[in-house]
Amino acid sequence: MEINFTHHQTAHCENGVVSNLMKHNGFDVSEPMVFGIGSGLLFCYIPFLKVNHAPAITYRVMPGQIFKRFAKRVGIKIKKEKFKNPQNAKARLDENLEKDNPVGLQVGVYNLTYFPDEYRFHFNAHNLVVYGKQNDDYLISDPVMETVTTLTTKELEKVRFAKGAFAPKGHMYYPIDFPKKLDIESAIIKGIKNTCRDMLAPVPIVGVKGIRHIAKLIRKWPKKKGVKVANHYLGQIVRMQEEIGTGGGGFRYIYAAFLQESSKILDNSALEELSKEMTEIGDLWRDFALEASRIYKNRSAKTDAYNKVATQLEIIADKEELFFKKLKKAI
Amino acid sequence: MKKKDVPQDESGLEKDNIKEICYAVDEKGDYTTIKSTGWDPKTIALDNALQEINERINDAKARVLNGETSPIEYYMECHKMDIGILASYVGKFQWQVKRHFKVKTFNKLSHKMLEKYANVFDISVEQLKNINNGN
Repeated sequence: MEINFTHHQTAHCENGVVSNLMKHNGFDVSEPMVFGIGSGLLFCYIPFLKVNHAPAITYRVMPGQIFKRFAKRVGIKIKKEKFKNPQNAKARLDENLEKDNPVGLQVGVYNLTYFPDEYRFHFNAHNLVVYGKQNDDYLISDPVMETVTTLTTKELEKVRFAKGAFAPKGHMYYPIDFPKKLDIESAIIKGIKNTCRDMLAPVPIVGVKGIRHIAKLIRKWPKKKGVKVANHYLGQIVRMQEEIGTGGGGFRYIYAAFLQESSKILDNSALEELSKEMTEIGDLWRDFALEASRIYKNRSAKTDAYNKVATQLEIIADKEELFFKKLKKAI
Repeated sequence: MKKKDVPQDESGLEKDNIKEICYAVDEKGDYTTIKSTGWDPKTIALDNALQEINERINDAKARVLNGETSPIEYYMECHKMDIGILASYVGKFQWQVKRHFKVKTFNKLSHKMLEKYANVFDISVEQLKNINNGN
């Protein structure tokens, strides 16, 4: 059985699944719209959580939050299910496919056989859509892939029941109820307000304060942790920024695209200007990644090089602080 | 980032014919999406992480051959896991998994427990006991 589902490739998995499911249900909502309304943008340093033996930094909200906030703000209802038993999880999935209903799944990346080996890590908050089944193969629309793909029953069970942080426990979700017209305008405003609040939060590890906190740590690492560990940590920051879930730089561009689209919908030219400003900030994040990658590529830990990238981050923090203060006023 | 600046560097994605979507502005300043084959700083960061993992694997292997740790630690590193992840896969506490790294404790493990580890690593119990039989 195969549901007539159109696959659109996106930059980020959760936005992509939501946007694709919305389009399937007749609502043309872009990826940046989902990201902006769902207040996906965030910066948070999580010192007690280690990813690949280095402290975790996230450039986005917790998995599942984007969809949850998006649904609430535009007025759709989603059904979410988790399972203890893989057989039940499979039965519920099959039932939905029989009813012509494509569903979103949260999965672990490590056993996604269609990913290149070097991209397979134990990260459990990836999202994809299942839109059919042929013999033993499930038809998969993974939003970060160019084309649709498949997973066998056994492979799908493995990724749905991956273990560790954010274990998906067979998590399955899909929209069940739609209003006649989505309440986009007020949803955009709520989404923007939420992101401004997060990024300007008076918490030392969140938002612009979190960015400054990391900059300070970077200055200390070479002396405190030694060359090897300092380089590993710095590499990890860049990986989380640029690779694990299209972080910092990439997310800034998606957010800028969201502001540009919103400026037209709300007829607010200030948002168009702020979109340009966010694009420039995105470029600064990329400059930081470029400079940081030079440090650990050479496998040296010269204190002045570390200080230089730390200063770059502090400049970004200052710019973002100003940016989100302006954005708050603009709506 | 301008559309023309979207990096098209070599990366591991290329050999599998995968491209990523990037958001960038076109000549008129409008946002659009464009495909990218990869970006060097990203590839370097990934290589760095993989090199780190390889060092951990080789180090674990040497310690297994030296009788300092059990093969479980070696296979754990091969599968890019840490103790927390492995513990949740076998349904044990972290301290229990750490104990199973001790050669003496490992040699006394029940067949059932060994099978649990072997299943997680997708190998036979024989391969688990002797790393030269593994991957």
